Amino acid sequence: MKSLVAVLALTTALTFPALALARPVTLTTTLNDYGGNGAYLALYVTDAAGAYKGTLWMAGGRSKYYRHLGGWLRGSGGNLGEINGITGASVGSGRSLKISLDLADALFDAGYEIHVDAAAEDMRDSPSDVVAPLTSGGAGKPVAGRRYISAFTYDM
Amino acid sequence: MRLFHRLLGLFAAILITILALSGTYLSVLPALERAGTVAASGRLSVAEVAGRIERAYPDVEQIVRSPSGGIVASYLENGRAVSSVIDPASGRAIGEVAPSAVERWVKNLHRSLFLGDGGRATGAIGALALLLLTLSGLQMTARRAGGWRRMLGRARGTGAQRLHIGLGKLTALGVFLSTVTALYMSLATFGLVPDGSSQAAPVLQVAAGAGPALPADRLAALQDIDLGQLRELTFPDRSIPSDVYELSTATGEGFVDPATGQMLAWQDSGAARQIYEFIYMIHTGQGLWWLGLLLGASALGVPVLGGAGTAIWWSQRRGRVRIARNAASAAADTVILVGSESGSTWGFARTLHEALAALGHHVHTAPMNDIAARYPAARRMFVLAATYGDGEAPAGADSFLRRIDRMEPPHFPVAVLGFGDRQFPAFCRFARDVERALRSKGWKRLMPLAAIDRQSAQEFSRWGEVLSAVMGKTIRLAHVAEVPRTQTLTLIERVDYGADVQAPTAILRFSMPNAGLMARLSGRAWPRFAAGDLLGVVAPGCMTPRYYSLASSSCDGAVEICVRKQPGGACSTLLHALRPGDGIRAFVRRNSGFRPLPGRMPVILVGAGTGIGPLAGFIRANGKARPMHLYFGGRHPASDFLYRDAIAGWLGDGRLTCISAIFSRIAGGGYVQDLLREDAECLRTLIAGGAQIMVCGGREMAAGVMEALAQVISPLGLTPQALKAQGKYVEDVY
Repeated sequence: MKSLVAVLALTTALTFPALALARPVTLTTTLNDYGGNGAYLALYVTDAAGAYKGTLWMAGGRSKYYRHLGGWLRGSGGNLGEINGITGASVGSGRSLKISLDLADALFDAGYEIHVDAAAEDMRDSPSDVVAPLTSGGAGKPVAGRRYISAFTYDM
Repeated sequence: MRLFHRLLGLFAAILITILALSGTYLSVLPALERAGTVAASGRLSVAEVAGRIERAYPDVEQIVRSPSGGIVASYLENGRAVSSVIDPASGRAIGEVAPSAVERWVKNLHRSLFLGDGGRATGAIGALALLLLTLSGLQMTARRAGGWRRMLGRARGTGAQRLHIGLGKLTALGVFLSTVTALYMSLATFGLVPDGSSQAAPVLQVAAGAGPALPADRLAALQDIDLGQLRELTFPDRSIPSDVYELSTATGEGFVDPATGQMLAWQDSGAARQIYEFIYMIHTGQGLWWLGLLLGASALGVPVLGGAGTAIWWSQRRGRVRIARNAASAAADTVILVGSESGSTWGFARTLHEALAALGHHVHTAPMNDIAARYPAARRMFVLAATYGDGEAPAGADSFLRRIDRMEPPHFPVAVLGFGDRQFPAFCRFARDVERALRSKGWKRLMPLAAIDRQSAQEFSRWGEVLSAVMGKTIRLAHVAEVPRTQTLTLIERVDYGADVQAPTAILRFSMPNAGLMARLSGRAWPRFAAGDLLGVVAPGCMTPRYYSLASSSCDGAVEICVRKQPGGACSTLLHALRPGDGIRAFVRRNSGFRPLPGRMPVILVGAGTGIGPLAGFIRANGKARPMHLYFGGRHPASDFLYRDAIAGWLGDGRLTCISAIFSRIAGGGYVQDLLREDAECLRTLIAGGAQIMVCGGREMAAGVMEALAQVISPLGLTPQALKAQGKYVEDVY
């Protein structure tokens, strides 16, 4: 089990460290046993219109491979400033990624969605492998992924 | 250079072996993949193929064309993501692509040793070490051969040396390509050289136009692109209305509008990207399967090179000789300087050192490079010098000539003794260079220059007799080379010749010792041998072995030699007294320089007296009936025509093409070299056609043969020396 505690920058619009208007959330992304090298994962949020709002986490250290995370790339414009300080290692086949952070209350029950783009070497890219609407009621309920991700859960 | 090559090889051996073996495994994959690929027949556009696949699999997400030309489509089947190899003609799957765990494991081992970036850097260091080993090895090979242009000639030396040099030359180009490309890719991985990947993604906000999506085969942008150009085509996500096609080809990347079929944005891949992809293709063989196999085969040679190199290092290390009671240079009355390539010359130096020390001399023995500016107490100096390659200084002697150039001639005289192998064109050349340099500098001469061929203890002892005369006291130089383990051979048959012509000669056949399983496993069984190898016979009470050329191979099932009784010769007398059932102690020494070259080229065999022994062995082993021409010289046809009956049989079954024999003690007779002159026309034809000449016999006969052949082949513009350099003129002389 990979457990990471994110240290998030204040400048990130979506997250507020220990403020009244935010709540602590744990995001768990569990991968299938797809039998490949470690997957790159980009976790990001879109609004009700589907527009990119910001990145929560980037798993995978080499920026030249970020182009395989198509949804994140188009949303963020590939801006590495978006993931400054919120980058970790890629996630192995069959492993889990766990991130704890504080998410603004305003993001819940307002049409916002968490997307997870996934890509693994020599295998096809999977943008929006998971799309999970952020709702108070959705907490703790696993959302199935399409290709590399078996389940994604956010717990409050 | 040698020390560098050696240390680097020893330190990097394990790392390089891992990289080479895993690389060899990976190198086969592109060829296997290609073998399983269904090629598109005729010209197809990306649109056509994408349309066919879309009709067969409406949920298709991505189409990838691998470098070997295979088309793989990814789609959802019953909610499960599947990747399949596609027949471009039908658009239908031929088989599912299952990721191979073994392949991935080997690939990760090869790239990073499972150690992440640290492992990648280690791998790069391994590649650099292998590149430096290749370059330094080539440089040493060229030096050994006597120049870059002579490098393609056959390597000489021990089995391990020939394997190391021969395989090294064969694999050098492949290993060079593999390592240089590996280094480039490592630098790109660490971002130290551009690979163009950062500009490769057109980061643009593009969105599809309004309207229903067209079928893939009606997309105009895809109709213009040949299937051979395709890298990847990603279909739009149907749940996102504005999503577009992502296209990547050999020349660039872009986005295609599913509603209009137009290219929304396009970016050519830059030069850096194309260079990187070219280098990637060379290194992996992906898209160039035959090169992959070639590089893989070269890499497979790398561990063998490492093993042979270690064997060379170990045998040279073991061959190092320690000198006991070595006097200080200032106090020595006798100085012995040594330049030894394989270490064997040090053994001779020790014998000389001990013989002189036993007579009360203070002897100082040192490498030639360590020559002191002054030897105040010295009365005489000996220089024992081997030769490296084509006349170069051996180990520990490379700065000797420069040093004596700066020295004043001393008050004492000096004697030079060369060690070498007459089969090399530059026999004892370094010793000759030293002698010439000393004379031109005005050094006094103690004894004339002498040369010892192939570590002959007999010749060394003869030189000792000359030395005795010079010094006015008896100096016995009984040099004992390390005698290998001997085993007992039992005589099963003997045939006698030559008693009537004062040349009693016997062909002796011994049975091979029976080896138990343990002896075989521990490598102490009687070794395999071939005709031309040497049988070392140790007579009881004799310190030094005598060597006889073997006239049989291990597959003949017997050990056969041809021995002439020498007046006063302890060993030949012993052998001539043997009766069937008697035993001798003996061992095999390889003589791999004296073998017919592989292939079907004709062989000219020239032998006199017992010299016919190994030649008879070559003919007997000539089951494939390559042309063999035998020239034999004896004394009298009725008395010492060795192998007469066997030769008749070999002529009958085609092992021997023809024989010319000549005898010296009959009217109108002569020597074997006379035969060669008579047959000059035929010999020229054979030699011009690439025939190899093999000469076996006494020293005088060999000199006569070489002189005669020099005349025979001079109209061809050839010399025996030139043929020797190509390994086409070999001698076994005693």
